[in-house]
Amino acid sequence: MEKLVSYKEMAPGGIVVNPGNSLEYKTGDWKVLIPVINQETCTRCRICWYVCPDNAIVELDKEYTTKKNRKYKVSYDVNADFCKGCGMCAQECPVKAIEMVPVEVA
Amino acid sequence: MLEEAKRAIPLSTNHAIAYAVKDLDVDVISAYPITPQTTVVEKISEFIAKGELDAEYIHVESEHSALSAAISASLTGARAFTATASQGFALMHEMLHIASGLRAPLVMSVAMRSLSAPISIWNDQSDLFNARDAGWIIIFAHTAQEAYDTIIQSYKIAEDHNVLLPVMVGYDGYVMSHTIEPVIIEDKEKVMKFAPKVQYPFKLDPDKPVSIGSITPPEYYYEFKYQQVQAINGSLPTIEKVDEDFGKTFGRNYGLMECYMCEDADSLIMANASYASTLKAFLPEIRKQGLNVGLLRLRVYRPFPLQKFVEYTSDKKNLLVIDRAISYGAPYQGPLANEISGAMVKEGLKLNLISVVAGIGQRTVEFEDFLALARLAHEGRRHEETIFYGVRE
Repeated sequence: MEKLVSYKEMAPGGIVVNPGNSLEYKTGDWKVLIPVINQETCTRCRICWYVCPDNAIVELDKEYTTKKNRKYKVSYDVNADFCKGCGMCAQECPVKAIEMVPVEVA
Repeated sequence: MLEEAKRAIPLSTNHAIAYAVKDLDVDVISAYPITPQTTVVEKISEFIAKGELDAEYIHVESEHSALSAAISASLTGARAFTATASQGFALMHEMLHIASGLRAPLVMSVAMRSLSAPISIWNDQSDLFNARDAGWIIIFAHTAQEAYDTIIQSYKIAEDHNVLLPVMVGYDGYVMSHTIEPVIIEDKEKVMKFAPKVQYPFKLDPDKPVSIGSITPPEYYYEFKYQQVQAINGSLPTIEKVDEDFGKTFGRNYGLMECYMCEDADSLIMANASYASTLKAFLPEIRKQGLNVGLLRLRVYRPFPLQKFVEYTSDKKNLLVIDRAISYGAPYQGPLANEISGAMVKEGLKLNLISVVAGIGQRTVEFEDFLALARLAHEGRRHEETIFYGVRE
């Protein structure tokens, strides 16, 4: 664990003087379930990407060809550092391509 | 002296404070009326209407919003002011802690008044003493002139980057807020030269973004609170220096604590605000009655000037502390007397402490009453319990 700083080294008033540092604060370590995206059934509609409250669905420039030879230019993945397992992506997915599975299994 | 007196104009303490706000070129005033503070913000609105002060005047919907607006304004780098009393002050309570926690360098005047229920619009100090642990610097003024001068000093203290704390200036509702005294109003340029605007160092600025008011987990919260402890304790030399510099510039200064007719006194009465000025007027007559009593005037209350207190009281026999607020169920039921007993233990002082509660709901304390209190102090008997002076048994 990193060493916590003295009160003397902290800006007064709890003011955060280094903007954007929430990226350093991993908020996804307490989830029970994590989404697993099925690249075969996913239609790349992006709804999961829109609804995720933590921006934890990531769109990757990674081509994917389905077994029925349909080509997609992008793939979707989950950023486990920030996904808190709420399941909104799975709930909203119109083709049921997202399954919530226990973290230990995933 | 006579030339000085000629410069004075007749003002209530409320109006004197409004003049100070004008002369300090305050940028944002949030205003919500409450008796007996209202004429402070009324007078400021007149100054703005006449073009004598260029400021944002925000009509808020409550005192909670009044202080919220002033906090926010000061964190954008503006010089902010608000005024309050009594129920309004109580309604602000949540924001009092946020102001000091966010280290907002704003200034607020408090025309001290009793609290409901039952409803009383009259003076005592229940409102301010309720807020003594809110982390603000607290200074009591005992004349309209001192109120004008202290508001000027307060911005210089609050905005100092080694302090960065809100300051409240307390004075008695009605007894001071609505009575007229001669007040010397200084030249605005001279005031601004003395207290130039020093912006909040982490002000909201799109080119240098910061987050204000974020949540703080247990690993950090304590350290921020300890910063406040350090800041308020460390502000005492700044408060003293600002007062001294004020004296050099304007010819009036007040000290952290004042001991009046005190050097040759065996016993002291500790009082603040209007009771201190009344006692100053009565002490010569009290002395004529053979009572060797002096006045210890509480001016700077937070941070408490403990060394001054020791200096003034260490060779005295009796200290009678007048509280105009009640600390219900406490060991001494006057909040100030409680603190003084703590200070005595800390410093090993052997004073005979007499705790007196008086003036609750503006029950008038007249010459005969002060004489009776001086007699109590002079007699030097031990009183284990707080004396509720003047209550009908």
